[in-house]
Parts: sequence; structure tokens; C-alpha cells
Amino acid sequence: MEIDSGRKYIYSDIELDRKEGQIIEELKASSQEVVIPDPDEWLEEEGLKQNIILTTVDWFINWGRRSSLWPAICFPACCAFELIAANGPRFDLARFGMEILRASPRQADLMITAGTLTWKMAPNVRRIYNQMAEPKWVIAMGACAISGGIFASASYAVVPGYNHIIPVDVYVPGCPPRPEALIYGIQMLQKKIAKRRNLDIGKLSRR
Amino acid sequence: MALKTEPFVLNLGPVHPSTHGVFRMRATLDGEVVVDIEPVFGYLHRGVEKLAEQRTYTGIIPLTDRLDYISAMNNNFAYCLAVEKLAGIKVPERAEYIRVIMAELQRIAAFLIAVGAFLNDCGAYFTPFLYMFREREKIVDLFEMVSGQRLTYNYMRVGGVSQDVPEEFWPALRKFVDEMPRFIDEYDRLLMQNEILLARAKGVGILTKEQAINASASGPVLRASGVKWDIRKADPYSIYDRFEFDIPTGTVGDCYDRYRVRVEEMRQSLRIIKQAMAQIPSGPVRAEVPHLIRPPVGEAYARIESPKGELGFYLVSDNSIAPYRCHIRPPSLINLTALRDMVRGWKVADLIIIFGSIDITVGEIDR
Amino acid sequence: MTVALSGKEIANQILEKFPDSIIESSEKDLVVKSESLLDVATFLKETPGLDFNYLNYITAVDYYDHFEVVYMLSSLEHNHSLVIKTRCYDRENPVLPSVVGLWQGADFQEREIYDLMGIRFEGHPNMKRIFLWEGFQGHPLRKDFM
Repeated sequence: MEIDSGRKYIYSDIELDRKEGQIIEELKASSQEVVIPDPDEWLEEEGLKQNIILTTVDWFINWGRRSSLWPAICFPACCAFELIAANGPRFDLARFGMEILRASPRQADLMITAGTLTWKMAPNVRRIYNQMAEPKWVIAMGACAISGGIFASASYAVVPGYNHIIPVDVYVPGCPPRPEALIYGIQMLQKKIAKRRNLDIGKLSRR
Repeated sequence: MALKTEPFVLNLGPVHPSTHGVFRMRATLDGEVVVDIEPVFGYLHRGVEKLAEQRTYTGIIPLTDRLDYISAMNNNFAYCLAVEKLAGIKVPERAEYIRVIMAELQRIAAFLIAVGAFLNDCGAYFTPFLYMFREREKIVDLFEMVSGQRLTYNYMRVGGVSQDVPEEFWPALRKFVDEMPRFIDEYDRLLMQNEILLARAKGVGILTKEQAINASASGPVLRASGVKWDIRKADPYSIYDRFEFDIPTGTVGDCYDRYRVRVEEMRQSLRIIKQAMAQIPSGPVRAEVPHLIRPPVGEAYARIESPKGELGFYLVSDNSIAPYRCHIRPPSLINLTALRDMVRGWKVADLIIIFGSIDITVGEIDR
Repeated sequence: MTVALSGKEIANQILEKFPDSIIESSEKDLVVKSESLLDVATFLKETPGLDFNYLNYITAVDYYDHFEVVYMLSSLEHNHSLVIKTRCYDRENPVLPSVVGLWQGADFQEREIYDLMGIRFEGHPNMKRIFLWEGFQGHPLRKDFM
């Protein structure tokens, strides 16, 4: 097939690469020392009890949300295979409601980050996190996701933990964590979701 | 009025719904036909070669696990062979046999994932993949008995293996080896003559013999193009010259040939495991090696046939406890140089299949 | 068994055609001057009897006063192999000729050496960084990085 492969497009290759490099350098400069704090609702006061109708409605909403968490795909490295094994026939994640492993982040509410994060990949992870709709949760799976793991000393390329880029709810340690450990982490997240107050009149605007 | 068209660039980004990892391609398309392709790597570059200069020789073994994380035993094997060549250490017999059994079991597990992911890309979304995982869980159980880990074993050491296999390993291995051929046959019967697989994979993405040799391809990609080159037969390492097995080769070099070569090699690996189980002697499993190894000044290159191709380690030593330079020859990266020639003129859907049939692991490309 | 050819025998054959192109030769390898690298490589690829049509790997090592680039070639029909090295003494702006025209498998490996060590290869169609992003300062695998 005779085609003139003259590449006509708006940006040249080297300009695209330079733009990407600029974004990465800015992200690295701003996030290397700073850690985004975890959204810790464990420690919140039990506080004022709401009236009985709103509490039951809350309970139903939380039950619905925690029993049908749909994960978004974000698997760079080795932990991905333990995540796929957890979806497999032996440790079945579908019985917890996590049947759909869709590629589109706009249809997902849980991001299980399975693998080492490098500075080159970091803007893409942040973009995917921003594309997910509220409410959303993040599980950091594996040692590399918690603190950089075995590669942390090569800090010229590795981000020391996902919590420099996105806020993390549950940390699951292991290298790689067994599928049973991942399921335990998901159950802890489900307990955390059960404690949310959705219809708090005073704080309706806050997440 | 004539319609004017021009090629445009499509970005198949680092996050995509196949299981190959963070790999990005910039494809120049004319309509739906691919004109050019440029792969972009580096999204998992962790600096393993730089880290290896700061760790002792035994401490690098966990790092090598994480390179090609699907076939971790083979990476350990190649690295230990390189250090033993550099330092002149001889491995006891029983350790050699155990290493070969582990490497071949790992080869079967890696090919199961490779074939499952290829069928995933063809459109059989997840059903064959989960069938493969059912068998892979049996292999991973065997590995867990031996090393305690499911994915990154850290089992082999310089001079042998870290500990002997327990008693319950041999009956379990015997049971697996007896049952597996029946499963491969069932799998073949379901898929070998399947119309959709034949239509999508036969004649697609042809790599000729000259192109494959020029692009330094190795492993199943090279063998499917008709070159009978397997390092276990051409340059035998460890004790592979004591076993009898065949080398399956393809004829045309298309995606279907690469798939068939992998399935046939699974059968040959089972043959090797049976022979090794019959011949294994008793004895020590680790040579007497000092805690901190100090090889003499020099360099060495050792290579093995891993499920992806020729995996080699090039080590330079300056008589200290850490290597001066450790370079890893990544088969996945070098097999990808042939991608451009294979893909020109095909459509976008074929691009995904051709790319899946090369079978890469991003941990090895980016190191 | 792949026979690793001795550097000394091949050195004699090469010195007949290209005098003054070899720095030293030993049993295991052959060190060639960087100006005559392309000539020697073409000779090794095209001479019948040698036929080195398969490039195994290219790598670079940083000895403090020079860089050494190692090539391993092999021939699939005759089943023999050979290791060639060149040296580059310039630290600021090291340049070497590229062998992409002879063996296409050198494409990504030379880009990797440029990215991590800083050695440029002349004649390569796409000499830019491969693993690190554009705008990264420095070359990580050098001994004086960080």
C-alpha cells in the first residue's frame, strides 16, 4: 500500500516530549518533599447523633457503596499479578461486588495502585485520579506503593510512595501482598466506608 | 470534489485495558491502517542497574526477581550463573537438578500467562485467561512449598539454592506432571481450529527470517520465524545437555505460529521435568561459599533461555563486595525492535494482536 | 556449544585488511579504535566464514578516565561468538559511530546508552532519551552522578 508517510500534525515529536518532560519536572519539584495527608475518618468523633431517619438512610447508602466497589485499572508492576490472581477463580473478588474491572476511570470508584510509581508515570496517575467521580477511594497495594519499597534508594526515578501524588485511604503491605491480604485490606476499606456520614446537614458541602 | 485525507497520530497511552503493563505507543494512522509506530518506554524505569552497584552480590538476587516478574526463577538462575562464572564456583549436582526443575516449571507458568493474554487481546475476554490461572495456581502452590512466596521467590543463591525441597514436594509435582498434558490437550482441542482465532491470527504480522535475525530477536519470536535457535541446545548451560527434548519451530512467522510455538514448548518442558525427576541424586544443595563474595577482577557474561528470549547478565568486578557494573540484556526490549516492520500496513485491531503476540513484560524493558 | 572465538586470531585477519585499527587483542576480546569501528564491523559481518549476522548486546562501562563500549556478535549458522570493545576518552561530549545500519537490533540499545551514560552515536536516526524524560539533567549510570 503506497502511502506517503509524511507526518503532518500539530506538534512535532520532540515538542511533545519536551512538554511532557516539563510537566514531570514541575510535579517532581512540587511533590518530592510534601506528603498528601490521608483522609482519616477513623479518628473522627462519634459526635452528635443524627435523627433516626437520616442514620438509616446513611446506612443504606453506605451499604450500597461499599458492596459494589468498581476498581479502575492502574497496574504498573508485579503487584498487578496478585491483583489479577485475586480476581481469578481461586480468590474470587467478584463475590465482594468488585466484578467489573473496567478500563475507564469515569465508571470506577476505587483505585488499587499495584506497582512502583515513577516520576514519568506520576502525571498520568494524577490525571486518572482526577477523572474518577466522587466519592472515590484509593488502596495502596504493596511496599512500593507505600514508601517506594526496595527501589526507594534510586530516588532519581522512583516516587517514594503514592501519597505524594494522591490521597490514600488504606495501605496493604507486602511484596507482593498475598490475595488474602488484599481482600483483608478491601474489607477494612468497607468498614471505613460504613462510617461515612453522607447526609450531615451542617457539612453537606464537605466530602 | 475529491476527498483529501492526511495521516494523524494516535496515542495508545500508558494506561490501557490489556495486561501488558505501562507501555505507550504513538501510532501514525491513515484511516485505520497503521503507517508508522513509535514505542515510548520508561514509565517503569526503577534504576535497577544503578541499585545493583550499591548492593552485595547476594543482595542483588531480590532485585532480579522483580525484573521479569512473571518468570522470576529464570532471572535468579541467569544471575547466579553469571556470578558463578565470574568467581569460578562449582554447583553441586542436586542443586543443578532442582534449578532445572524450577526453571522449567516457571517456563510453563510464564507461557500460560503469555498465551492467556494473547487470547485476551484476540477477543476472548478473560475466559481462557482464567482457565490458565487455574493451572497457574497449582504451579504457584508448588513454589510456595519450596520458597514461601507466590510471585518473587528469591530462591536461588550463588552456589546452589537456598534450601532443599520439602518431602511433600515430590508427590505434588508427580501429580501435576501427570495431569498437565491432559489440560494442554483440552486447551488445544478448544482453540486450535477455532475460526475466530484462525481468522485473526493466521497470516497477520509476518516477520521473515532475515528481519528477525537482523533485529536480534530471540526466544519464541525467533523460533516462529523458522530459525532453529534455542540456547539450551546451541550453548547448553547447567546440565541441559543431559536431557532429551525437541525445539518447536514455526514456518511463516505470523501470530498463529508464535502462539503454537509457545504451546508446544510447554509440552517439551514437561518432558524435561519428568527426566529430571527420574535422575535427581541426593546430596548438598549449596556449595561452600563465603558470606560476602569477592570475585577476582574480571568480567563475565552468562545467558539462559528465558520464556521471553535470551536473558543475559554482564558483570564487571573489581574485587569488592559489590559489582562494578551489572548490565542486563533484556529480551523484551530487543524483540520490540522488530515491531515496526511487523505492523506496517495492518489495521489498529491487528496492531493490538501483533503486539500481544510478542509478549513483553514492562519490568524487563524498563528495568 | 557456542565457540567463543579467540581475539588474537581474528585480529590477524583484521590487521591484514585494516592496518592500525586494533588497540589490543586477547583471548577473550578485541579492542578496536573508534574511528575504524564501522569498517571492522562490516568486515566481520560480510566475510564468509565469519558471518557475524546476530548482535547479542551492546553495553557501556564507565571506567573513570574512559568509557568502554562492549559489543557481542555471534553467528547462528557457524555457532561462534566474538566480543569487541571500543574506548572513548572524551568525558564532556563522547561520540561514537552507530552500527544501526548493519544490525537493526542496536536501535534501542544505543538510545539506552545515550540516556544513561551520555555517549552519542552518530548516524542513529532517532537519538533521544528513552527511559528518562526530556529535560532530565545528567546521566544516571555515570560514576559521578549524585
